[in-house]
Amino acid sequence: MAGKDLEKSKEAEGFEHEFESGLAVISETKISDPGLAPHRVRMTDKSPKHAKNAERQVAVLFLLSVVGSFFALWAYVAFPITEDLATVRANNLWLGLGMTLSLLGIGIGAVHWAKTLMPDFEVSEARHQTRGSEDVRAAAVEIVKLADQESGFSRRKLIRRTMYGALALFPLPALIVFGDLGPVVGDSLRHTMWKKGTRLTKDPTGIPIKASDVTLGSVFHVIPEGLAEMHEHKLEEKAKAAVLLVRLNQEDLKEDEAKKSWSYDGIVAYSKICTHVGCPVALYEQHTHHLLCPCHQSTFDVTEHCKVVFGPASRSLPQLPITVDAEGYLIAQSDFLEPVGPSFWER
Amino acid sequence: MSLRKRINGSRRSPLAAIIVIAAGLLFSGGGFAVATSVVESNIATAYTADQIAEGKKLFLSNCASCHGLNSEGTKAGPSLIGVGAASVDFQVGSGRMPGQGSGPQLPKKTVQFTEEQIGLMAAYVASLAPGPAIPEDQYLEATGDAAHGGELFRINCAMCHNAVGAGGALTEGKYAPVLKGVSAKHVYEAMVTGPQSMPVFNDSNLTPTDKQDIITYLAYMDENESAGGYALASLGPVAEGLFVWIFGLGGIIAITVWLAAKSN
Amino acid sequence: MTTAVSEKKPEGALASTANYLDERLGVGSILKNFGRKVFPDHWSFMLGEVALYSFVILLISGTFLTFFYQPAMTEVIYDGSYVPLKGAQVSIAYASSLDISFEIRGGMLMRQVHHWSALLFVAAAGLHMLRVFFTGAFRKPREINWLVGFMLFILGMAAGFTGYSLPDDLLSGNGLRIIDGMIKGIPVIGTSISAGLFGGEFPGTEIVARLYGLHILLVPALILIFIAIHLFMVVIHKHTHYSGPGRTDENVVGYPLMPVYVAKAGGFFFIVFAVVMLISATFTINPIWNYGPYDPSPVSAGTQPDWYIGWLDGALRLAPTGLDISFLGHTYPFGVLIPLVGSLVFLGLVAVYPFIEAWVTADKREHHVLDRPRNAPTRTAIGAAGVTFYGVLWAAASTDLIATFFQVSLNQVLVSMQVMLIVGPIFAYIVTKRTCLSLQRKDREIVLHGRETGRIVRLPHGEYIEVHEPLDKFEMYKLVDFKDYRPTIVRPNEKGKITVGTRIRSALSRIYFEDRISPVSQSELNEAQAHDHSPAIEATKQEQLSK
Repeated sequence: MAGKDLEKSKEAEGFEHEFESGLAVISETKISDPGLAPHRVRMTDKSPKHAKNAERQVAVLFLLSVVGSFFALWAYVAFPITEDLATVRANNLWLGLGMTLSLLGIGIGAVHWAKTLMPDFEVSEARHQTRGSEDVRAAAVEIVKLADQESGFSRRKLIRRTMYGALALFPLPALIVFGDLGPVVGDSLRHTMWKKGTRLTKDPTGIPIKASDVTLGSVFHVIPEGLAEMHEHKLEEKAKAAVLLVRLNQEDLKEDEAKKSWSYDGIVAYSKICTHVGCPVALYEQHTHHLLCPCHQSTFDVTEHCKVVFGPASRSLPQLPITVDAEGYLIAQSDFLEPVGPSFWER
Repeated sequence: MSLRKRINGSRRSPLAAIIVIAAGLLFSGGGFAVATSVVESNIATAYTADQIAEGKKLFLSNCASCHGLNSEGTKAGPSLIGVGAASVDFQVGSGRMPGQGSGPQLPKKTVQFTEEQIGLMAAYVASLAPGPAIPEDQYLEATGDAAHGGELFRINCAMCHNAVGAGGALTEGKYAPVLKGVSAKHVYEAMVTGPQSMPVFNDSNLTPTDKQDIITYLAYMDENESAGGYALASLGPVAEGLFVWIFGLGGIIAITVWLAAKSN
Repeated sequence: MTTAVSEKKPEGALASTANYLDERLGVGSILKNFGRKVFPDHWSFMLGEVALYSFVILLISGTFLTFFYQPAMTEVIYDGSYVPLKGAQVSIAYASSLDISFEIRGGMLMRQVHHWSALLFVAAAGLHMLRVFFTGAFRKPREINWLVGFMLFILGMAAGFTGYSLPDDLLSGNGLRIIDGMIKGIPVIGTSISAGLFGGEFPGTEIVARLYGLHILLVPALILIFIAIHLFMVVIHKHTHYSGPGRTDENVVGYPLMPVYVAKAGGFFFIVFAVVMLISATFTINPIWNYGPYDPSPVSAGTQPDWYIGWLDGALRLAPTGLDISFLGHTYPFGVLIPLVGSLVFLGLVAVYPFIEAWVTADKREHHVLDRPRNAPTRTAIGAAGVTFYGVLWAAASTDLIATFFQVSLNQVLVSMQVMLIVGPIFAYIVTKRTCLSLQRKDREIVLHGRETGRIVRLPHGEYIEVHEPLDKFEMYKLVDFKDYRPTIVRPNEKGKITVGTRIRSALSRIYFEDRISPVSQSELNEAQAHDHSPAIEATKQEQLSK
């Protein structure tokens, strides 16, 4: 019956247990092992001259290492760092090359020594079966049994079960103290800094943008008024509030009836935070009116409310409703009407 | 006192108000119209009639077949009315124009005209309608604020051109080219004209000083070699990963083959 | 009354030191048991060493960095020598990383050594894992060591990721942003994990310091523990060796630890260090000054993670559009969850492979002789398919660079890779399996008939034959000593039932072993030699060759 043959008993010492060989085919007519191949004599074994040469080569390599070490020490001092960036490059290079030589000399020297001068006779060492011998295993079993008897672990159900309960529960307080790693997730993902009347300003200066500044074909990177001057939570707010501002010809925009009022004279504003996993969707292709995210190449069509036309994103970029104030500066009509950025459970 | 008496008593003509309002509307409306078409603060270069005529000749023999006899554009090429001298100087000066072949993007080629010829063609196109002019030298010197330029570059340019201008991909075979070695003038002109897929960065978005700062940043990157050694084309972790596998691990494996081989 | 106790006083410095240590630590016994331990010598066994030495280099260079790096996200104005960042508002973490690079002698070098060595560590560990896989070194008794090694690979990735996020630069910051986006997408608990990890909203002011704690304390400690277990098991099991004359499952053939291995392996450490040092002295890595400080608004073209995270980034890029589902008031972003779960499934399969193969073969013997990949065609083909899958995902992380470099459309590159992800592994499996079987047939030919010498001899009756050089018995044994398995057929168990498990196992055993080449047996060899070496042929050959 194929697959259930037991192996012939091993002659090597310590391999007393016979394992099942499963689906292995044990051939009766296997070509026999000829034993270790004869040793091939090296030049350095035969000829004292070659051996002496090899010795000198190893010594030279070790000496090169010494040269390298001294060179590195010298380079550290000889190549100081100043305001000029080229000094950094020089220091890095020469210090590094010195250390390279210092290490390489030892390495190649040691290996060359081993290869040419140390004996290269192959030796065979017997393995021992990893599985213990029957005696050892029996003794181990006895010890465990004794421990069980003396402690009464198996017998005393009450102790055992309450122990399990205690051990299962004691790590929990250790886990719960990590609860203060972060605050409770509130509504923060649904709100950004944008409010009714917030001016659109240039990133990073915070200078407000007039509608007349936004010419056909231009793109402005926008932050809400007030962000540039913030000190606390600046990046957290920016990570939700960054916006892209472009102007298209009104006839190129295919707008939903409900969202027609969100644009101003062909100027549209969209969240810059990609709805895939949050990178800034910053590439604007002027003629195709596509926004491309450089991280995973999600592509959004500005003419159709930034719906996804390619790439792994699913949702279109949230649109910021804008208009102008009395002085002609672009302002938001309200916050985004949906959470910006990647999808999440509570969305 | 009656209303009539009050009006009659004022020193101004009753038409004065109307004239003032009309003038105001004209200026603001006209200014608005100009602003929405072109927002540039460059001082228009004065071109002579001769220059414009010579330029027109060059245009008709080299450009009209795609851009139309009156630069109105054809299926093969867009209208050049309003693109300004800067566009011509950039496109022809970098060899992109005259455009040859089809494809997602017109590449740089050998420049086919002399500086003088380019200037003449620029004069002609500038005469068609107001447009971005060739930038003044003062904005092209690398004496601006490289740090400010770097910050602006990262926000406005790095997403297409890479943080140090090593180039990048756009969709459908288009690309943002490498910026190393590009002249300050061409960098300025590209920003101001928005060639091909590149958006327009008018002077309200990036002021001439901002543009100079960006030029200064790029010049710094061009002139200063990377402080850590060879930069592997500044392509980032992909280049570094390939390098470590091929040369690092590859080299070490070559050494292990030597190490484990029997000595002679 | 005195008890006579003889004490031999050791003479010489070496002897007295040895005596001192032996009396306190028992080093004599250690030397006796381990000093002449035999290790087999093959270059493919050194890949694990490369990983180990890279780790040591990481510890050394990392310690230097800890003296200068500060893991704080508080904003300061940069005022160092790097002109394009002067006056910029950056975090202390970023500023200290810049200072290491530009203000401290050897700082740039140590930073580069650290990062290059990190890339090498994971590369060597990965290649080592592949060597172990393709030679079947994960078989009994080494299954647990495979799991330990697998954990080391994962920990290496974790160490790398936490490490390169520490300078808080634009590139790694966007990487964190992506991770945060993925975490937020996890159902039910995602937003809480995100808030917990970042201490609030992204990016927060905590993450760098937390990653620092993981990077210098927890992850290296785990790596050290796992390395210790890994090496301890190599000592217990002894190293495997390739098949060959004199090599069996009951012995290990090689060279003694002292002095050969001490010299070779010790020297190799210096060589690996030298290679890393050479690369670090001459090539820039992770130029954080180019990227600028992290800010959620700017981004650089060519935003990729370090190479060992590349396959995960590629998985994100290859996901098709529009996989998000909104259902009953909750959003399931499958565009993110499928790559995430898919990667975990892939890793899981890698981890449990030894157990699957052991279950199929039911071979419970210890295996210490390695397989040549061609002699385990199905395993090698599965490995090739896995490598192709991983490789396509890895390449997918650089779609934009491929597009610009080869001047092709980004979109076409991506779609091609989506197709290759499915087709590639299947194709690789088929081609590899067929190639292995063909190579095995070629080996058989060589064993039976010897190597072709290219010398043609004309026999008296007009036939032309090519003279074959027979293998000597040592070369021959290497080609005939490999394990052969047979598929099993479905059989009912004691209760007379055929279980689902048995069916599956039988089907798998057919996939594994139905197409197989058995090693040449002695009788086949005799027959072939009788045929090739008939007196007539031999006589003619001798005559022709002596001319």
